Parts: sequence; structure tokens; C-alpha cells
Amino acid sequence: MADINNYTLNFGPQHPAAHGVLRLVLEMDGETVVRADPHIGLLHRATEKLAESKPFNQSIGYMDRLDYVSMMCNEHAYVRAIEQLLGIEPPVRARYIRTMFDEITRIGNHLMWVGANGLDLGAMTAFLYAFRERETVMDLYEAVSGARMHATYYRPGGVYRDLPDRMPQYKESPWTKGKDLERKNEWREGSLLDFVEAFASDFDKKVDDYETLLTDNRIWKQRTVNIGVVSPERALQLGFTGPMLRASGIAWDLRKKQPYAMYHEMDFDIPVGANGDCYDRYLVRIEELRQSAKIVLQCVKWLRENQGPVMLRNFKVIPPTREEMKDDMEALIHHFKLFTEGYCVPPGETYAAVEAPKGEFGCYLVSDGANKPFRAHFRAPGFAHLSSMDEMLRGHMLADVPAMIGTQDIVFGEVDR
Amino acid sequence: MEALLELLWIVAKILAITIPLIVMVAFYTYFERRVIGFMQVRMGPNRVGLPFLKFHLWGLAQPFADVFKLLLKEVVLPENANRTLFFMAPILTLAPAFAAWAVIPFSDTLVLSDIDAGMLYILAMTSLGVYGIIIAGWASNSKYAFLGALRSAAQIVSYEIPMGFAIVGVLVVAGTLNLSEIVEAQQGNVFDWFWLPLFPLFIVYWISGVAETNRAPFDVAEGESEIVAGFHVEYSGAAFAVFFLAEYANMILISSLVPLLFLGGWLSPFAGVPVLGETFLGQGGIHWFLLKAAFFMFSFLWLRATFPRYRYDQIMRLGWKVLVPIALAWVLVAAGLKLSGLVVLGS
Repeated sequence: MADINNYTLNFGPQHPAAHGVLRLVLEMDGETVVRADPHIGLLHRATEKLAESKPFNQSIGYMDRLDYVSMMCNEHAYVRAIEQLLGIEPPVRARYIRTMFDEITRIGNHLMWVGANGLDLGAMTAFLYAFRERETVMDLYEAVSGARMHATYYRPGGVYRDLPDRMPQYKESPWTKGKDLERKNEWREGSLLDFVEAFASDFDKKVDDYETLLTDNRIWKQRTVNIGVVSPERALQLGFTGPMLRASGIAWDLRKKQPYAMYHEMDFDIPVGANGDCYDRYLVRIEELRQSAKIVLQCVKWLRENQGPVMLRNFKVIPPTREEMKDDMEALIHHFKLFTEGYCVPPGETYAAVEAPKGEFGCYLVSDGANKPFRAHFRAPGFAHLSSMDEMLRGHMLADVPAMIGTQDIVFGEVDR
Repeated sequence: MEALLELLWIVAKILAITIPLIVMVAFYTYFERRVIGFMQVRMGPNRVGLPFLKFHLWGLAQPFADVFKLLLKEVVLPENANRTLFFMAPILTLAPAFAAWAVIPFSDTLVLSDIDAGMLYILAMTSLGVYGIIIAGWASNSKYAFLGALRSAAQIVSYEIPMGFAIVGVLVVAGTLNLSEIVEAQQGNVFDWFWLPLFPLFIVYWISGVAETNRAPFDVAEGESEIVAGFHVEYSGAAFAVFFLAEYANMILISSLVPLLFLGGWLSPFAGVPVLGETFLGQGGIHWFLLKAAFFMFSFLWLRATFPRYRYDQIMRLGWKVLVPIALAWVLVAAGLKLSGLVVLGS
């Protein structure tokens, strides 16, 4: 009789559940995964090398393209690293805006995650519910920066410009008219802050929507409880961060442990899991959605009451305004210098990390005193999570593979860089 | 001459069933997309209407656009695939799905062949469908397809058992395998139908029916997030359309069997009820049958929009450890009820 061998199954790179370009080579024993070997690099764009070849400010846009689901958080890490090297601190209002948009980004990321993970496990409807709200997040990005995804909104020394006083409204069209139009424009009558406030106060109800579909669903529980259990010790050894680590029961959150921006002023809780399985990671992220909305509301309250600059007035780093440039020689020179060669950063090295939705997103910069970084390195949380794929998958079934990819919240932009 | 006329008459009757069935499948896909669309706060297809005119007709022409698209597309034969089996598989899936309709009584007079072993025939036909799936998976020369075929085979074989027992329960109380007579045995209003005394079997039959058709949440055979499209991953164009047709024909079949076995087929729920029963509502007829079938057809979509997908081993566990024992136990209870005469079952 012929020997029965394990067989190899290529999961991706063209696979509906591979989340981008993951190529997972699975060694299967029937339906059971014996070994999982993630192959990465299919989305490698040499972001670090690119960043080393151009002036500091010109790389901010590349940060959006790393983890393309949580754009502004990546910018935040990079911008903070530059600020640390320069020894500057952005104005308070800018820091509030950054806090608010970090949390809006977190909401956007987790919405994407809750939908995609549901879809991976066959729950289609949660995906479309989540995308309904994600649309609002994209609209906020657009209102503030002009781009729906790759915002390039944070700059060393603050944010590009203040929040708009007016939210763009839908115009009447064959598809949006009458009642529909009124409903769509309901929150858009006032300023961006009004819109954010309406969205964030209503958000708890929307999260309840997803929860009714998933949280107590027996099939959802069967598919996630005790799947991919990671012990707290092992989670630390594997370099887990973010919800992956917190679901294993370790209350580690940079927003609390090493506060940046205005997080020390914020009142919020960090949810912690008990078992470290897929279900706990789901619950942690759902709770983070609610906490983020809470933080956003606090930021809105402060931003309403306090005006002020959103950029430093340090023309060695920050370009002067257009008007100043028109009648001030000095300003024109600064503008010219900044847009041709950028600014030089004192020699040194630094590491700045933010609590991105997926975990600790860090930026390590070495400067030799030139106008571009001597070395730039990014710590992507997804990379550490993906390295545990083999360990988490062993002994599980093929149907758990999408569950695991989903629960790790992998985005290849940041893994491959 | 007489024999020829007889034959032509039968062919005409067959066409009278299959053509509306095919049209129904076409609009069922449209209905599915619209219903699920509304459940998921989106529109669904609403553009395709009369060509060259500005009538969208709520997208009602969408199924035709789909059919023409699929028919015009190339059928790709994968490398090293078994040509004969590859093209045989879709036909093997479709034929039983349509053949089963021969014994379905639409009303007390509308039935193609009123045979005494009707229920057995249906069981036989629905079981045959799995061969098409296995052969498709095997002939495609693809790991995903093969895995899907194996899953599907195991699943269908497992769920046939609780399904069979549920039918045994109906058989016990009705005392016949003839579908028309099973319906006749449920004569009376909504509380005289079999769903009440056989409630567990009714549920078991419905769940197994959903599993038999490989629909969500039991769609592991084509679970797109695991094995892409399962057994029909390599099929395209018309061959794929045939699989599609068979799947939906099977869904409609299951949706019509549930009313026949448990909900009094074409009988009116108000028959014999004072006031209401005397109006037109008390009359049985094909419309009641269609209404009941439509409800279950809708339920298929409802399930799909609501539930995540089961894992393969969980489906097996549900089938063998939950549904089979329940069905077995209730068959005995039903037999006991019937024998003791405590409850008058069937007339």
C-alpha cells in the first residue's frame, strides 16, 4: 500500500482570505495544519531606504502607505521621532487634534478588522455594517486633509492646518435625493467638530449592532473561543503588542504606560482579555472601539473650548504661511530653503512609538546632521504577530487559518514595508 | 399514435415544470441579492432593466444579464484535468436536482407522477447530487476543489441520516410514502399539520435540508475564505452556471419539501376555522403551497445574511451528536403517540 503523505497547500498570495499578499505555505494532514510557513515580501517597497534618500518631510506620505488601514498613527510615530530629534514640541491644540485623529484612525482600523474578520468566518453582514461607519471615518480624513486615505496630515511641529469650520455636504443627485439626502447631510450642517461629535456619540449604538450579530452568536463563538490561544508569557516572548497582547491578559498600552500627545489628559480604560484566544481578541477590539469614541468626545470638548495655533512658528523647520511669504523677504527665503533642501536635524538617534491600532508602531531614526535620515527603521506590530503564525496555527484546522489571519489583523503594507 | 400523444403530453408536463423552475432560479438569484442587500444596508442590483431604454425596473433584468454573461464566457479546462469527468460533473449535479421535481405535488391535482414511493425517490435523487460534486472536485485537478469535494461528500452523507429519520417520523404518522397522501393526511387547519406533533423533526429536517444544499452556514464545501470556491473553483462560464442552477434548484426543492412534509403542502391554514375558513382563505390550492415554499426560500437567504460559517468538524458534530439523536428519539415518540392513540395523527 502506498504511503499516505502530508500534502502542501498554497494559501495565497491570490486568495480571498489572505488579506493582501500573504503567501502561506501550509503542510496539511487532511484538514489539520501541521506546519504553516508565511512567506512575506511580495509588497516590499523599500520604504526605509526611500526615507533615507529624501528630506524628512517628504517621507510623511510614505508612512500612510505602510499600514494603509491606520494611516495617521503611522505618521504620528514618524513625526514624533523627528520632533524628538529636533527637540521641538507641537502646540497643545495640535496635540489634541492628533489624539483625536489617532482615535478616529483606531475606529477606522477596528471597523475594518471587525468586518474583515467576520467575513473570513463567513459572517457577511457585519462587514457591510462596519463599512457603513468606516465611510464616515474616511469622510473625516477627507475633510481635514483632502485625501480619503493617505492623508499626510501630521507634520513635525503640529498638523498641516486647523480643523475646517464647515463639513462638506452631499449634493442632490439621481442616487441621493429627498429624504435620503437629508439623512446623509443631517450631521453635516455644522463644523467638522459637530460632525465628529454626532458620529462619536452615536457610535456606541452602531457597535451594539455588530455585537448583536456576532458576540453571542453560537457559531461565532464556536469558531473563535479557544482558537489560537496564546499564553501571556508566550505573547511577551513573541513580541506581541496592542490588542494581541492585551487579549492574552497583559495590560500594556503605550497610551497609558508612555503617554504621548494628550493621552495623559484623557479618561479611558484599556480592555484586557482572559484566555488569549480569538474570541478575547475580538472582545478587546470591540471594547477599544467604544473607548476610542469616548476619547474622541473628550477631545472634541476641549477643541471646542480652546483655540490656538496648530503649528509651531519656527521657520527653520516649519514653512511660513503663504501671506507672510508674499511680503516678507525672510519668509520667502525660509520657504525656498524648506521646499528645496528641507531642514537639517541635529545628529543623534531616537525611537518614537505610538499605540497604533494593531500594536506598537515605532520609528527609529538616526541622523548624522544632514537633511535626510541616515537610517530609518520602522517597527511594525504586524511583523511580530505574523511570525507567530506557525505556532498559533499548528494543530488547528484549515478553516481556522482565515480566523487566525483575521485575528492577527495583518496588513501587508507594514509587514513588508 | 396514441402512445406518441401520451409521450408528448408527458414532455409538455415536464416542460411545464422545468421551465418555470429555471425562471424561478434566475429570479431567486436576483431576489437573493436584493434581500441580502437590504439586510446589509445596501441596494443590491437595481440598474439592469430594458435595454436601450431608461427603465431600470428595479434591476429585474439582472438575472438575464448574468445568464448571458456566463453563457458567453469561455469554459476553461484546467491542465491535466480529466476532460470527460470534468464536463460530466455539472450535468450529474443538475440532472437529479431537476428530476426530483417529478413527484412534487403542487396541489391536489397538479403532479407529474403520483407514485407511491415518492419520498424514497426524492431521497434517492437528492443523494445522487453529491456524485457530481465529488467528480467535479476530483476531475478539476486542484487541491482546493478536491478538499471541497471531500468535505461536501462527508457532509451530505452525514446529513442524509437525520434527514432520513425525520422522514421516517413523517412516514410513521402518515402511513405512506406518497407525497400527495402525506399532505392529505394533514387535512385540517394549521394545528392539524405535522409540524406540531413532529416539531423536533421539522427543525431537524430544515437544518439538514440547509446542510444538504451546501448553503450558509453549512457552506464549507465552497467556503470562499478557506478553499476559495471549493469543488467548482475551476469551473467557469456555462459549466459554472449549471452548478449554480443545480444549487438553486435544490434550494427551491428543499423549500418545497418542508411545507409538503410538515406544513400541509397546498392546504389552507384556515380550513375549518369558523368565519375565516368560509371565505376564500379557507380554500386550499397551489397558492398556499407557493407561499409556504417562498417563506423557506426567504429563510435560506436570511440564514446566509445572519450566520458565520461552521467549521467542518463542527458540522459533523452537529449532525451526528445533536441532530441524529434528536431525530431518532422523536421517531420513537411519534411511533408511541401513534400507537397509543393518545393523539390522533393523520386522518
